[in-house]
Amino acid sequence: MKILWHLFITFFKIGAFTFGGGLAMLPFIQDEMVRKHGWITEDEMLDIIAVAESTPGVIAVNTATFVGYKVKKFWGSLVATIGVILPSLFIICIIAMYFKDFLAIPAIAAIFKGIRAGVAVLILNAALTIYKKIKKDALSYVLMGLSFILSLFIPIDSIFIIIGGAVVSIIVHVAMSRGKEDAHVV
Amino acid sequence: MWYKLWELFYRFFLIGLFTIGGGYAMIPMITDAVLSEGWMSLEDLMNFFAIAESTPGPFAVNTATLVGFNFVIESPIMGALVATGAVVLPSFVIIYMIARNFHHLMENKYIVFALAGIKAVVVGLILSVVWNLMSNSIGIVTQLFKNWDFYALAIIVIILIISKISKKIGPIPLIILSGILGYIFYGLL
Repeated sequence: MKILWHLFITFFKIGAFTFGGGLAMLPFIQDEMVRKHGWITEDEMLDIIAVAESTPGVIAVNTATFVGYKVKKFWGSLVATIGVILPSLFIICIIAMYFKDFLAIPAIAAIFKGIRAGVAVLILNAALTIYKKIKKDALSYVLMGLSFILSLFIPIDSIFIIIGGAVVSIIVHVAMSRGKEDAHVV
Repeated sequence: MWYKLWELFYRFFLIGLFTIGGGYAMIPMITDAVLSEGWMSLEDLMNFFAIAESTPGPFAVNTATLVGFNFVIESPIMGALVATGAVVLPSFVIIYMIARNFHHLMENKYIVFALAGIKAVVVGLILSVVWNLMSNSIGIVTQLFKNWDFYALAIIVIILIISKISKKIGPIPLIILSGILGYIFYGLL
């Protein structure tokens, strides 16, 4: 019971004090989990980061679930996950309550007009960050170009484009590996 | 209200399921969901992204909470809870399974291929969102306001891109800087 409470408090702190989302949280999580509490080893932490980054979902949540499980199975993962998202829920709900009134002040409206441009730049930067991580082959470039054009000119939900990208990638990779096998046989 | 909550749940569940490589990857999906269902305006959403980025906690969770809170007017707290729960649920289930030693799940070659394709597609999608944001704000600006706003926006964006590339400033300083520029260009001048 005590360790569950500890897990909860630790992840609550991580959720409450780290800015910028998942990747920014990792050093903080590492410090708390490995050095302070000794709940997991350095190697396990590296595993967790690799898994959290390559699986679907929110990185911070992935990490919390994984660490929680390592420490205390199901309840550990549940408690850690709730702990890491609870501060967001609190803080954001409070901000959301007052945001509309806040935005009615002309100076604030001007500030947010500038911030929206800033957010566009941040989003552009996010595209670059993901771009650095993908395999630079012809298929990647074709998928990138196609998804850009499709979502820009055709009113189609991006979830379908994402599913399409997954399917095309599977088909092309499987076809290519078949091709290689055939070459071997000859 | 129940229909709204259901809509919110299933949209955000899918978003959580298909977000790979961090919260920003969900921006195109959230934008599509919000605009196609008419939940709120693009401007509102951009404000939310700004708040989500500059408050503590995971970007994805913050954004889901904000959208849920503002969409379900009858019961904002319920909306926030449902959207946040839905965006987190796929992560929880998948990671729980992996942690229980279903390691082979991520080594399955079809899953590896699918993830490679998804990442490439997400880059294209995010770029198209940026394109839409830029052309949309320029469009609104030239129609509704004097031309000055258009130049102001262009100047702000150029300053921000230069500072991002050359100084490598973090997201929070960049948001603060853009806020200051906004105040100077739209509030004072």
